Amino acid sequence: MSKKKNDEQQLNPTTDAGQESASLFRKPVSRRDMLRLAGASGVGLLLGGSGAFGIMAATGATKQPASDKPGSPDNVTTGIPDANRYDFYGQHQSGITTPSQNFMCFASFDLTVSDAAGLKSLLQAWTRASASLMAGELLDGQNENLNLPPADTGEAAGLTPSRITITFGAGPSLFDHRFGLAGKKPAGFGDLPPFNGDNLMPEWCGGDLGVQICADDMQVAFHGMRNLIRIARGSAVLRWSQEGFQRSTESDPNKATPRNLMGFKDGTANPSVQDAAMMNEVVWVQPEDGAGWMTGGSYMAVRRIRMRIEVWDRSSLSDQENTFGRYRVSGAPLGSQHEFDRGDMEAKDASGKPVIPMNSHMRVARGDGKMQILRRPYSYSSGMDNTTGQLDAGLFFISYQRSLEKQFIPMQQRLAQIDALNEYIQHIGSATFACFPGVRQGGYIGDTLL
Amino acid sequence: MKARYTLPAVLLLSSVLFAACGNKEEAQPAANNTQTSPTTAAATETNAAAPAASAADFKDATEQYRTYAISEIDAFVTETEKFTEAVKAGKMDEAKKLYAPARMHYERIEPIAEALGNLDPDIDARQGDVDDKDWRGFHKIEQGLWEKKTTDGMSEYADRLLQDAKLLRAKVETVDIDAGLLVTGAVELLNEVSSSKVTGEEERYSHTDLYDFVANVEGAQKIYEILKPNLTAKDPALEKQIGEKFEALNKELAPFATKDGGYVTYDKLSKEDVRTLSQNLDALAEPLSQMGTILGV
Repeated sequence: MSKKKNDEQQLNPTTDAGQESASLFRKPVSRRDMLRLAGASGVGLLLGGSGAFGIMAATGATKQPASDKPGSPDNVTTGIPDANRYDFYGQHQSGITTPSQNFMCFASFDLTVSDAAGLKSLLQAWTRASASLMAGELLDGQNENLNLPPADTGEAAGLTPSRITITFGAGPSLFDHRFGLAGKKPAGFGDLPPFNGDNLMPEWCGGDLGVQICADDMQVAFHGMRNLIRIARGSAVLRWSQEGFQRSTESDPNKATPRNLMGFKDGTANPSVQDAAMMNEVVWVQPEDGAGWMTGGSYMAVRRIRMRIEVWDRSSLSDQENTFGRYRVSGAPLGSQHEFDRGDMEAKDASGKPVIPMNSHMRVARGDGKMQILRRPYSYSSGMDNTTGQLDAGLFFISYQRSLEKQFIPMQQRLAQIDALNEYIQHIGSATFACFPGVRQGGYIGDTLL
Repeated sequence: MKARYTLPAVLLLSSVLFAACGNKEEAQPAANNTQTSPTTAAATETNAAAPAASAADFKDATEQYRTYAISEIDAFVTETEKFTEAVKAGKMDEAKKLYAPARMHYERIEPIAEALGNLDPDIDARQGDVDDKDWRGFHKIEQGLWEKKTTDGMSEYADRLLQDAKLLRAKVETVDIDAGLLVTGAVELLNEVSSSKVTGEEERYSHTDLYDFVANVEGAQKIYEILKPNLTAKDPALEKQIGEKFEALNKELAPFATKDGGYVTYDKLSKEDVRTLSQNLDALAEPLSQMGTILGV
């Protein structure tokens, strides 16, 4: 099936696409719906045919428990409508401008191989596995030999790919002496500088390689992470990992902006992923940015931000809204009516104070409005903090940008200094990864670098 | 689909062979593996189609392993006797010194003991593994020596332990050693380390877990060395990989050796030490678990 045909199917409800995607088109289409649809139909197609996220509609791509290989006659269809598969290969990696799936597993690795050849074979093995995982196939290898552990761990057998995406990046430590890559480290790429109020714990920081796995099904996402970890045994070890979630798309018929665990909408100010020019401006590394191997890639900032849930829960609604600079229910800027209103930064109340407080989160984050990032966060809950008996929960912040130095760092410096939200949060983990450009057929993850 | 039936065929064939030349009752544990499989019945029908791997291919290997296991168990009985005598004589310090080294002989061949029914719990159960009234063996005495700090009341347990050790020696003559047992045994030894030794749960009073750790690894390495010719013939890259990972793990273990030929106690390990050891163990166990490839497809 050609990309073009695929595209048409998605945009025309009368063609025989999967039932799920067809039903999306029977409703009136709002701006938010369009965003959602962009997810269902493949953002890559809307971004000038980059092709990274072409969804394979109705191909029956489910994980086959038997030995069926894709393309073999008995693997044509399983009768399960399946419009939820992204292409592994393309100009950009998936999972960046892809609309956020319901769940995330993030894994940070330290390499134990000591040379570039070892690194390369790990990345090649991960490439083969990722292509299978995203296609909803069992991992290649022996899955039926009773004398051997099966190549695929099996918990996703029979499940659809659930829009799984797998996004790989290189941490700053990958560019030390070990792999001969020191000369290829992009200028300005490194660990984030210390910010005011940081309370970073080494066990939640850094890593040679970072992998973000997102899917609409937690078991599918976990299966992906687990199998990549397994494949890495002997080549890399897990340094830390985090699972994340947001409200599921099924539970929100209005397809509204997701809310974080503080109850506020999170992501309202994000640039539109449909806007190809905007994505090139904000997210994708351009040829003129230096480090040619990163062209088409993106820099990822990761922060594990614990919320002081108990403290927040006993703050008045007015305090909460002044902290964010938005209304809790509507998400509109204080003084405005609608979520997507720009907000009047000049407005004063009767006593002459700004309606949107000077230290409110949205005001400080916006700054002069010239620099944007693409936020792609998930909530996390890691049970109870055994020391205090309080919840260890918060935001697993992920953002993508062309430049950490020009975009994320100045924004975070402003926030760290005056953001009213700082009273209720604590940054306890931090990492950066240079996410490779997409993989071409026949290539492997990171082949532009190695 | 043919592939699915092959292993049971091989296993059944080998257990039939062993049952024919040995003790029928003792053949049970090895055969159990296949009896849980719904394909067993079909397997017997496809016996003739079973490819390459057969008991004959592993005759050298199984004989070498039998010799090794018996020599370890001989040493185990000898060292256990010294240990139990010290316990009975109330020589606390001497008993403590003999405890962990005696156990190493057992830990090296643990899969054999586990194939012999109740002997493993009798010798090696920890408190909570069995009903308290049935708890005996090494760890019962370990609790006396290190936690209760006495040999009082331990004489009876010392006698039973020595009897059980001798029983193990007698029974080992009858155990079926086939290639399947070797392959799964090697992985089981590392799984033992992974689930209780690396976490410091095995030796909860004496903290001599590293002795067991090293012994389990040595036992697995012995099996790997014995199977090396078969493995080289089937998958030389895998053989090389396993060899390298054994080397890496042994290198990680080396700094914890003490001058008297023993190992530091578990409480001397830092969190990072434990994590590194555990990760090196997983890095070895993963390719080791692929050794089953020599048994045929």
